Amino acid sequence: MKIETRPEQFKEHSFVGVFLRKLHLDIPLLMALILLLVLSFMMLYSSSGKDWGLLTRQANRVGFAMVLMVILAHINPRQFQRFSIGLYLMGVGFLIAVLVVGDVGKGAQRWLYIGFRFQPSEMIKLTTPMMVAWYLSGHELPPRWRHIAVATALILLPTILIVRQPDLGTSLLVASSGMSVLYFSGISWRFLTGVISALSIFAPVYWQFFMREYQKDRVTTFLNPEADPLGKGYHIIQSKIAIGSGGEYGKGWQENTQSHLEFLPESSTDFIFAVFAEEFGLMGCLCLLSLYLFIIVRGFYIAVQAQDTYGRLLAGSLVCTFFVYVFVNIGMVIGILPVVGVPLPLISYGGTSMVTLFAGFGMLMSIHTHKKILPS
Amino acid sequence: MRRHQTVKDVRNRFLENRIFLNRIVVLFFFILVLITGLIMRLVYLQIEGHSKYKNMATHNRIKVMAIPPTRGIIYDRKGHVLAENLPSYNLEVIPEQVDDLDETLARLQQLLTIPAEKIAAFRKQVRRYKRFSSVPLLLQLSDEDVARFAVHRHTFKGVDIQARLIRHYPYKDLTAHVVGYLGRINDRELKVLSKEDYRGIHSIGKVGLERSYETTLRGTSGYAEIETNAQGRPINELEKINSIPGDDIYLTLDIDLQKIAYDALGDYNGAVVALEISTGGVLVQASKASFDPNLFVSGISYADYAALNDSKNMPLFDRVLRGQYPPGSTLKPFVGLAGLEHNITTFQETLFCPGFYQLPKKEHKYRDWKKWGHGHVNLDKAIIESCDVYFYDMALALGIDKLSHFLKKFGFGAKTGIDLKGEKAGLMPSREWKREHRKKGWYPGETLITGIGQGFTQVTPMQLARATATLANKGQVVTPYLAEHIELADKKQVLAHAEPENLNLMPENVAYINEAMMHVVHSSKGTARRIAKDIDYKIAGKTGTAQVYSIKQNESYNEDEIEFNMRDHALFIAFAPVDNPKIAVAVIVEHGSHGGSVAAPIAAKVMKQYLAEVAY
Repeated sequence: MKIETRPEQFKEHSFVGVFLRKLHLDIPLLMALILLLVLSFMMLYSSSGKDWGLLTRQANRVGFAMVLMVILAHINPRQFQRFSIGLYLMGVGFLIAVLVVGDVGKGAQRWLYIGFRFQPSEMIKLTTPMMVAWYLSGHELPPRWRHIAVATALILLPTILIVRQPDLGTSLLVASSGMSVLYFSGISWRFLTGVISALSIFAPVYWQFFMREYQKDRVTTFLNPEADPLGKGYHIIQSKIAIGSGGEYGKGWQENTQSHLEFLPESSTDFIFAVFAEEFGLMGCLCLLSLYLFIIVRGFYIAVQAQDTYGRLLAGSLVCTFFVYVFVNIGMVIGILPVVGVPLPLISYGGTSMVTLFAGFGMLMSIHTHKKILPS
Repeated sequence: MRRHQTVKDVRNRFLENRIFLNRIVVLFFFILVLITGLIMRLVYLQIEGHSKYKNMATHNRIKVMAIPPTRGIIYDRKGHVLAENLPSYNLEVIPEQVDDLDETLARLQQLLTIPAEKIAAFRKQVRRYKRFSSVPLLLQLSDEDVARFAVHRHTFKGVDIQARLIRHYPYKDLTAHVVGYLGRINDRELKVLSKEDYRGIHSIGKVGLERSYETTLRGTSGYAEIETNAQGRPINELEKINSIPGDDIYLTLDIDLQKIAYDALGDYNGAVVALEISTGGVLVQASKASFDPNLFVSGISYADYAALNDSKNMPLFDRVLRGQYPPGSTLKPFVGLAGLEHNITTFQETLFCPGFYQLPKKEHKYRDWKKWGHGHVNLDKAIIESCDVYFYDMALALGIDKLSHFLKKFGFGAKTGIDLKGEKAGLMPSREWKREHRKKGWYPGETLITGIGQGFTQVTPMQLARATATLANKGQVVTPYLAEHIELADKKQVLAHAEPENLNLMPENVAYINEAMMHVVHSSKGTARRIAKDIDYKIAGKTGTAQVYSIKQNESYNEDEIEFNMRDHALFIAFAPVDNPKIAVAVIVEHGSHGGSVAAPIAAKVMKQYLAEVAY
């Protein structure tokens, strides 16, 4: 039996091929990520008004995130599997600690000091699908009822803890990362439709009893932004003006007016897509969406190629979460989803989501590059 | 069996693979549908709506401009303005509208003589302001400068003169520590302030009442919806939500009395505090040396600040709330009261004072200020003549634990709780304190000197005044405060003040101490007898001197031989009238040497002026 590590797409003797294989990196994925990062820095340069300090800070974060990606890509997925439960428990522990002793930032408790400021809800975005994948891969698939029940509890625990912080955007991502594992594990369609209808019944109850005032505001604003044009609807209206005025081909790089004149708020973070759409127009948006779609396709390819259940479930979930990121952010910026604080992946300014995303891609590459060829 | 298992495994794996692939394909199509939805929406916005949104973006730029509120005015108890807003002509620049900023600034410098540090400060400010907003370069232009600029105005694009309101303190150094001042919001403050609350506001209360009552005085920003052209210049105002001015604050402070106290300090540095006895309202809170707070409002120059900071008179130092002095003999009435309350002594009991005191079996002589002694003294005489030996003995009999505990009840060693931030707590030493902070046990000799207000004990002038008011109040502890009520338009709101706390002292004991203090002023041997002239009411007081320089065993204190800054601090506490107390005063004169001749007359002037206006 011949045992060989992949990726197989590099020629055996090419220097670059050997080097990258040693690094366990997936070239197509890496290229797409680098392309997005280039776009990100172009956008930040433009939206921040050439703020070199901001760019340097972001470059440091991206550097850190990429190092983390390389390290994770190096680790055998079996190690992820082994440490799933430990990391999950640690993450949940941190979340509880945040609620008890956390740092309050912008009216919500999200931060924890452990030598440095640390946001445990980011870590749980990865450890929740890891845990659920570990749990389900230990049993026969499709899962039985009680396995589904346990998996659901494993997802709900961190989700509820994050809702309590309160951070709706992140809890949404954590929930979807966990639920996607369940979806991939092959639970029946009947069950899925049942859950979706149950959720739609639960939504009004949640609205009534669990949502904070500012979260309700965001949703009502989303439904009718013109009702409060100077206050809370301002974000969405300005965002739509910026995007719409971009037209087919956009105004050109650095030629945006809406964020330069300070009409568009949060133009480097959550609303950076509006700046992008204004400068590069519909064509630019289509290119960006294609780039995202390419990453998703490549991710799904990796998932399908994965050799064990754990790797497959985890890879599928990571890709699915990445899509949720893209969809929720763009959806809110173009005004078809309520404003929840989710950044545009790999483009928005900010360190925490960047680190989580690259860690996810690192794991994806690890799953793809640590394979044994099975006898056919 | 084994074989069967393997077959099942393989079948499951196959099934699993098939299901997984199936799920991926379904999800992928779902994702494609959602992405198509995003694209359709983008097409709707960017193709269908393009001309509409382009129009909105280029012609109808709606901008929200903040309208800063007018800051509340601070009045004294009689309605004199202590902090107001005056119109000021500022030279302001909109950097985005200037073609060549460096060249423009250079030309402005030639025209108006602008110091280089103002230019540097301006460049720093530019980064903090929103784009297309007017950044101040020079504040409070003289009429001459306004005229000079007006002539050349057309040559300076993006530069203009703006009429703004600027904070002004008409009483200058008189109120610098109490009222405090307003200054530019700095980077550190910027990080913690809510952007919403400070829309269009660039200043914040830095010290004094301006800081402590920042939220009351500030008011609420409004905003205007402004239509601007493509360059961001305002063309039309669409809608306006007016700002709400901050509340005016009326103080208990009496600026006339404050001036009398401040002037009475003369060339000395020191502090004068006067409290309204029944309420704890602060009538006088003077700290000298002082400074002109108006310097800070428009941004103090480095040279001015360095001069204030380096001055040996320490004008920036608030002596009333942050100055911590040994109370000296002014502590004796309280120590005496402790003796009475703990039944250590009686009204009649006497002790012989030979001019020094020795602990049993110890060589060291604890001196009395009067070398040859006071002879036989009871508590009354001990307070009148300020006999140290008597209080050495009493302190030793009480012990540090009881003494410290009793004095703390009068507020020594704790913040008074006045409505100003930054107050110091002073120090009332105890066995526990010394063990914790000095890592040493308590010595009996330290109990002795604590009994005459020396040693570790430190008090702020405010604490001393409050303790004096407590004696006058027969054991009711009041919490001092400055802000009486706030007012906005027709709304008047009296602020809540802490209820007095009753120490439950024996009335005859307090009466005895108060009478002894009256004898300090109104008897032939009293240490403050010279202030008893020309008044038709009775004052109770106690003089004190606090050592700055310690005298060695075989030396004697000779005022003329030592340098000024080594001389003792002079203290005096008093209240009046004795039979119906209205005002309590504490005076500390740094290096004033004599409580009776230097500090007491200052207190007397304040009380005389106050009682001339108040019925008693």
